[in-house]
Amino acid sequence: MFRRRRRADDFAEEIKSHLELEADELRSEGLSEDEAHRRARVEFGNVQTAQERFYLRSRVLWFDNLLRDVKFAIRQLVRNPSFAVVAILVLALGIGASVAIFAFVDAALLEPLPYSNPNRLMAVSESSVESPRWPLSYPDFLDWKAQNKSFTSLDVYSWSGFLLSAGSGAEPVRAMRVSGGFFQALGVHPMLGRDFNPGEDRPGGPNVVILSYGTWVHRFGARLNLIGQTVDLDNNAYTIIGVLPRSFSFAPGGNAEFWTPINVLSPHEHSRTFYPFLGIGRLRDGITAQSAQTEITAIAKQLQREYGITGRDLSANVAPLSEVVVGDVQPILLTLLGGAGLLLLIAYVNVSSLVLVRSENRRREIAVRGALGATRARLVKQFVTEGLLLAAFGTGAGIILAAVLIRLLARLVPKDMASNMPFLDGVGPNAHTVAFSAGIALLAALLLAATPVLRLSFQRVRDGLSEGGRGASSQLWRRLGANLVVVELAIAVVLLAGAGLLGRSFYQLLHVPLGFDPNHLATVEVAVPGAVYTASGQATELYREVVSRASSLPGVESAGLTRMLPVQCNCPTDGIRIEGRPYHGEHNEVNERHVNASYLPTLKARLVRGRFFTEADDSSMPGVAVINQALARKYFPGQDPIGQSIADDEGGRPSEWQIVGVVDDIHEGPLDLDIAPTEYFSVNQTGDHNFTLVVRSSQDAGALLPMLVSMLHQIDPGLGVSDEATMIDEIDATQAALLHRFSAWLVGGFAAMALILGIVGLYGVIAYSVSQRTREIGVRMALGAQRRSVYGLVMQQAGWLTAAGLAIGLICSIGTSVLIRSLLFGVQAWDAVTLVSVALLLGLASMSASFLPARRAASVNPVEALRAE
Amino acid sequence: MGRMPSQHSPDDRIAILQGTLDLLILKTLVLGQRHGQGIARSIQRQSEEVFFVDHGSLYLALQRLEDKRWISAKWGVSENNRKARFYSLTAKGREQLLEKTSEWQRLTRAMGLILDGGSSREEV
Repeated sequence: MFRRRRRADDFAEEIKSHLELEADELRSEGLSEDEAHRRARVEFGNVQTAQERFYLRSRVLWFDNLLRDVKFAIRQLVRNPSFAVVAILVLALGIGASVAIFAFVDAALLEPLPYSNPNRLMAVSESSVESPRWPLSYPDFLDWKAQNKSFTSLDVYSWSGFLLSAGSGAEPVRAMRVSGGFFQALGVHPMLGRDFNPGEDRPGGPNVVILSYGTWVHRFGARLNLIGQTVDLDNNAYTIIGVLPRSFSFAPGGNAEFWTPINVLSPHEHSRTFYPFLGIGRLRDGITAQSAQTEITAIAKQLQREYGITGRDLSANVAPLSEVVVGDVQPILLTLLGGAGLLLLIAYVNVSSLVLVRSENRRREIAVRGALGATRARLVKQFVTEGLLLAAFGTGAGIILAAVLIRLLARLVPKDMASNMPFLDGVGPNAHTVAFSAGIALLAALLLAATPVLRLSFQRVRDGLSEGGRGASSQLWRRLGANLVVVELAIAVVLLAGAGLLGRSFYQLLHVPLGFDPNHLATVEVAVPGAVYTASGQATELYREVVSRASSLPGVESAGLTRMLPVQCNCPTDGIRIEGRPYHGEHNEVNERHVNASYLPTLKARLVRGRFFTEADDSSMPGVAVINQALARKYFPGQDPIGQSIADDEGGRPSEWQIVGVVDDIHEGPLDLDIAPTEYFSVNQTGDHNFTLVVRSSQDAGALLPMLVSMLHQIDPGLGVSDEATMIDEIDATQAALLHRFSAWLVGGFAAMALILGIVGLYGVIAYSVSQRTREIGVRMALGAQRRSVYGLVMQQAGWLTAAGLAIGLICSIGTSVLIRSLLFGVQAWDAVTLVSVALLLGLASMSASFLPARRAASVNPVEALRAE
Repeated sequence: MGRMPSQHSPDDRIAILQGTLDLLILKTLVLGQRHGQGIARSIQRQSEEVFFVDHGSLYLALQRLEDKRWISAKWGVSENNRKARFYSLTAKGREQLLEKTSEWQRLTRAMGLILDGGSSREEV
């Protein structure tokens, strides 16, 4: 198709040869040499002009035309800046929001794992009726690892923590215990030093530790000679053998700083029924997750038979690791993407109708240009250029907006949570986001180019010349514009309903009965060095001193201790049985909390029966327990639990606990989960070390926090003090609260924008229709129509459009609400209150938007309206 | 299309009508390949010196026809040993020639009918 262009000097050569040939011929006709040359030149005409024309014709014509069209389009847009600005802003809004959200979705759902061959990595765990991801026991792990043929490697990890001895005292640090092949399974190599050696993860293995990159930089000054040196963890010397690369993160591990091999097992961990570990496996080639699950399940069942483990019906669960990492965020991200998509749609529709109005207003200009000889193709080209230009500017502005939004959104995610979402680092421009943006831009371009072209082809150009032009064309526009507005309103309804439901869910979540008073509570986590406080009596003394010193701080009403704050987690748990009842190894799972005597009163928990703990409930006395009402209801229906005993099967402590009290349900687990049965033990009888101090203040709890920290350090500089926060902040920072807050606010934002766009669209249609009907209204009024009936005329039109939009929107929103039901809490997808409120809001907004044009219509002066023709 | 040469020809030669130059070139090439100067001479001679060929336009027309692949060109040597660019008809060009010729004949016939008929009626 494309052959090489002929060059201008070749052309000049041809002309030269022409002149010579001509001169030859003239000479042969008898002219002198000079005369022949002169005549040849004269005959040819202007050589320069010919060459110039040759040069000009070889220029790219379409480019010249394009340039001209673009210049013309810019002139058109500048002539009507409000149209251009509004159209570009609306486009930018839609495009910006969706590109930003897509960037997150891409990072989270498409590229969540920064490992080699991440799609072959599986999360491997046991699975029970209560929880599909039931952790593994250590003996089971060893057997699974030895017997399976599905995985090239199988490894486990578990959270832990150390007290790091530093110059200023002890500091609690987060750590992970992993089996030896863990990093190899992920395909991660330490950037400094080495990975664990084979055998280092066997019981009795050496104390070695691998550091996270951040730890290496912040705690050890990024020293290159660090490898081989020791660090003091829990008063044991650990040899630093490696530093992980900067890009490494392991979402389930959060921001763990120290990674140690599992080579010290607690007495519990030797048990086949103690489940602290989670597994990751790398699938062998050709093996599917499904077949791996089948194999592991068979192995698990076999082991249960072999070791006579009954009661707990466990099978195995093999699922892609990415699902586990992304799990909680997936529905919210998809919801947000949907919301952003709807906003984009509304923006497209809005701008299309703007373009339509504009082409309507330029009807006469088009007609004049058509009459002056512009071909349809030429006119179409100009409109297309204008559309493309708008789309380009809109997309450009949208991408800038997206960049800003991405930063803002990433900052909205609290740090603690962000560390569980390593994929957040990957948010930004990459092949996917660029392709997505390009697709969206292309769609915008198509839409903006196609709309006026469609409009042009519907209209016979010369119709536009006839004055007034109330022909079929304005009819058509009215219908098309009206239909588009109905679409906008319907989308606005869908988004409003979604936002309403999510907002109500969030409200419900924050108003879940907690069973205690979270206000004015200050909390501090304390890690107690086990090597120092060896005898349980020493720990008891420490608890007493902490509580008594905290209670005597100014403004403090009371202080208590717990192992685990409420509203965090339905964990740790305990398997119990009821004394005096036949037991067949059923798994009775309950939350287990270790608290001191003053804890429950400090929370202002309500005692239902019996008593709370006292200081007398110590290790010298028989074990006592307080249970919550959920436990009482479930295991003692219709009985008085007081005086009965529960037993657990974990060694090392009194295994029998007499129930001395029943407390009204405290919300121990996450806000969006139901109350779980919970047992409370006295911390003086359980031999714990670490605890969280909870202090009720009569004033601002936040002001108390620094005082608590310094008080604890005064008691013992070796105590690790961390995570000081008020109870309200602790609750607000829980994943459940964050996710619901995030989705409610974002979808709320989308809905607000959608409402504004929809209402502006409606206003545009009504105002335009009034301006087109001025004469008609004039005639009506001249014939005696009252102003009231003119109002009615206009409002009725608006009313119909609104009603249609509402009806369609409400039906659709029930569908979409069902889609987002996993994000709903305490509200049904068809929540009547929300839907009615949305209808009212949109109805009111529409009516006020159409009131202005209606007023203009009613104030039409019939004389002037008729004279204007 | 054609820009007229800047100097006005004093004689009664006619500038070639828009669109007809292509046809004349194709016709000239039916007998075999020729260079540009030969084509110009041939058109002038065959029209009994009535047509005046603007050479600039001629060469642009040749270029255009070449771009359309109705004719093809290659450098060669003339009878009197001059280097020249020779043009020849392609198969596509031959087709076009037939089509354009019949078109032109219909046009001239129609023009003739009207012009002759009009004058005779006026006489009545």
